[in-house]
Amino acid sequence: MEILVCVRRVPDTSENEIQLNAAGNDIERDDLVYSVNEPDNYAVEEALQIAAKVGGNVTVVTVGGEDDEEVLRREMAMGANQGALISDGAFNGSDGKGIATVLKAFVQKGKYDLVLTGIQAEDGGAQVGGMLAALLDYPFASLVNSISVLDGGKLKVSREIEGGNKEMSEIDLPCVLSIQTGINEPRYVGMRGIRQVASVEIPTYNASELGVAPATVGEAGSKVKRVDYFVPALGKGAEMLQGDREEIIAKLIELMKAKGGMN
Amino acid sequence: MVEALQSPAQATYWLISGQTLFVTLNLLGLACFAYIVTKRLTPLMRGERDIRFDRPFIRLERFLQFWLGQWKHPRYRVAGTIHIFIFAGFILLATRAFSLLILGMSENFALPGSSVGIGHVYEIIADYAATIVFLCMIAAAARRINFRPARYEVPAKYGTGHKIDAIFLLSLIAILLFSESLFEASKAASLAQQGHTEFLATFSMAWVLQSALSSESLSTLWNLHRGAYLLDVLTFYFLLCYRPFGIQFHVETSLFNVYFAKLDRGTVKPVRWGVTEEHLDQVKSFGVKAFEDFTWKHMLDFYSCADCGRCSDNCPANAVGRPLSPRFLTIKARDYSFQHYPMFGARGNGTALIGGIYSEDEVWSCTTCGACEEECPLLIEYIDKIVDLRRGLVDDGNVPKSIQKALKALEGRGNPYGKMEKKRADWARAEDFLATCDVKVLNGKKTAGTLYFVDSITSYDDRIQAIGRATARILDNVGNDFGILGAAEKDSGHEVRRFGEETLFMALRDNNVDAIKASNVQRIVTADPHAYNALKHDYKDVPPVEHISQVIAREVKTGNLKLNPVENQDNVYAYHDPCYLGRHNQVYDDPREVLDAIPGLRRVEMSRCRDRSFCCGGGGLMLFYEPKEEQRMGVKRVQMAAEAGANVIVTACPFCMVNMEDAIKVAGMEGKMTAIDLAELVAQQMVSNSPTDESSADRLAEADRLVTA
Repeated sequence: MEILVCVRRVPDTSENEIQLNAAGNDIERDDLVYSVNEPDNYAVEEALQIAAKVGGNVTVVTVGGEDDEEVLRREMAMGANQGALISDGAFNGSDGKGIATVLKAFVQKGKYDLVLTGIQAEDGGAQVGGMLAALLDYPFASLVNSISVLDGGKLKVSREIEGGNKEMSEIDLPCVLSIQTGINEPRYVGMRGIRQVASVEIPTYNASELGVAPATVGEAGSKVKRVDYFVPALGKGAEMLQGDREEIIAKLIELMKAKGGMN
Repeated sequence: MVEALQSPAQATYWLISGQTLFVTLNLLGLACFAYIVTKRLTPLMRGERDIRFDRPFIRLERFLQFWLGQWKHPRYRVAGTIHIFIFAGFILLATRAFSLLILGMSENFALPGSSVGIGHVYEIIADYAATIVFLCMIAAAARRINFRPARYEVPAKYGTGHKIDAIFLLSLIAILLFSESLFEASKAASLAQQGHTEFLATFSMAWVLQSALSSESLSTLWNLHRGAYLLDVLTFYFLLCYRPFGIQFHVETSLFNVYFAKLDRGTVKPVRWGVTEEHLDQVKSFGVKAFEDFTWKHMLDFYSCADCGRCSDNCPANAVGRPLSPRFLTIKARDYSFQHYPMFGARGNGTALIGGIYSEDEVWSCTTCGACEEECPLLIEYIDKIVDLRRGLVDDGNVPKSIQKALKALEGRGNPYGKMEKKRADWARAEDFLATCDVKVLNGKKTAGTLYFVDSITSYDDRIQAIGRATARILDNVGNDFGILGAAEKDSGHEVRRFGEETLFMALRDNNVDAIKASNVQRIVTADPHAYNALKHDYKDVPPVEHISQVIAREVKTGNLKLNPVENQDNVYAYHDPCYLGRHNQVYDDPREVLDAIPGLRRVEMSRCRDRSFCCGGGGLMLFYEPKEEQRMGVKRVQMAAEAGANVIVTACPFCMVNMEDAIKVAGMEGKMTAIDLAELVAQQMVSNSPTDESSADRLAEADRLVTA
């Protein structure tokens, strides 16, 4: 099975102190540590597991600049067979639909049976997976938390439903799935793995190579524009319960009853 | 020559001449043994390289101490004493056993010197030795059957008990000794009846048997004599060839295992012996994944285990119900080896060890505290094997999620918390502290003679930062010109290496070595035993390193550091030995001397102390691991302190502090037990040396104002 996984490089929320810039329209981007968008790691792991089970090839792709190559290498160190970097100044400032348009062009250049994305980018809005499927006119399932390959070009996927329920669906290939975290346990990628793929050539594609009209992407094509970025005001602080253990338990039960957390 | 009693070589057994029979038996026995040993050596030949032929004199010295001297045995009083008797008996009886074997082939064989005085003395000693070993066999069997120590139990998940095997082996040895004595006694009884006297050691087994046989007929005695000899030869070779199938193989392998034992405490074996770091990229696979990835010495360890259970009896992971028992780490590998390298037939397919005989949780459960290695009488190694197994897991990407996050942060930010590098020195900028103790950051513009290597937890953890400030205050107070690396310092990587992430460790180490060299310091001090161990053993070409407890002890001795009496004389202090200060680096006395130098301080020892200290739960990345366990190690440890009558645990390691304070809460002992770091205690008790000139008095006043504000 030919699998494409769309990945993205984001500031690592666990290793940065995210602060607003002076203008208040973006975060302070100096001294940030970036990593692979967490849900994308799950998507790549899932692709690798499917390929290991039924055979196939895993390609990872990202839209970005030179710096974004590092996430492709990390996913290749994980086991992806090849990477592709889609990079063009014309893509800067793309909204979700713009990115989906670029990815659509890339998907159509190859022959992929399955396209995976993470459920959402940590700094994004969970738009690209669904839009990409629509642009490709492929079937789509979101919030996927298990995949099994059926005969006859079908997959059986389960989706997470609010309240912890699962919905099982059959879906025709080719399709696009957005992968929920927790679907698997992504393998660890150490420095050694990254060093081993350090010299592998990663092809780059620009707008004209993909046949993307510049007017449909980037700032020009964006119909959604970020106007503000702010940190919500802090709510009332946590209340520390005082007293010995018995007293604390009694107070906690009382509070939980009062707030409807307990009958 | 007495007619009635010939040598076994002249006897006839079922129409076969004794000489023919015994020459055949000896050759057959030796051939069998050689075949079996060759088969046992096969996996060792296929194992990884291990450099153990260096430093012969140190090895010999250790051999004499731990093998011949049985150094570790008395740590378990009863079993150890029995073992020393058996061991000494074996050594004494070896000569007689071999000369007896030759007697069956050569009728008049006698050892040189056996007819003179020394020979008679040897015979007497040997008679007693045989008797003592025989009695030890009975005692050991009785222990196995009636007074079985808990450490011999085999939990159901590890298979069936080893009692039958143990008793069978003890019986074989007893039979061997009995047949030897019967052989001697029947001869002596026969001679006595003919008016000759042969002196047998009074009250020895041979002497008792001779007395019992004194009225038997000569023909009965002759039959007993040659029968005993045959029994002796058969038992000897059966035992020789049976030993390589179980725990008794240690009789042979211990010689080599002790001689080739690891010499360098606190170190971790390289990824591949003989492969330099520059060439590591060419190594296809890291660590141990299949049995053959173990080094030959580690395989020899598996053969050498005597199943005495002392390792697991001292293993904190085992004690709190984590899925790890060092004893079975070895036994399972030995069984695997026996199964996959059978005596007859083809070698088994090499299956993966993880998921086969070991589980991932088992491998991650070890805190590398070293209690097992400290205890093992045969000097079997465990930490290197655990690290090698982890290297294999890391290489395959099988790392628990919680540890992955910490490793990722270490890669990105140089600390497992993912905190910003520029905030690494913030602990020293707390306003009240800064006013009285200005810690220099050695960034090229400022220099100092001593580097205080802080490491991650002390730099970033709110609680532990206090240990950093206490350490700095002490260094300042004794007039030490010191500084820190600040943002240029990264995690020492001590646990990164011990968790199997060698490549990341090398990157962290290289960064720190460069930063240390650039700082031009002459010595390094740290308050973190893990950093201390890393700087001392894992890093090369850095200035000498000391733990703060060593510095304090020295300054107290010279009188440069004076300590005020404790305020509350009702407090009872117990010192907890951190694994990487105590066991791994043998710093036991300095912290105790410091405590004893505080006037009025009452100190008790926990029953587990010094080299038998009980790990608090592990440091570094172990804080990020979520083990499967019934209880926390720290909880057990604070209970031990309470049992010793202490209400203050003094430790000298930031990780011990985290674990102890958590444990005090979990155990519900808040208010009854407190934990304090040695540096904190000393900083609190020390008499200030700082000059009371106006400017510093002003600064102090300013500081007070800031604190109250």
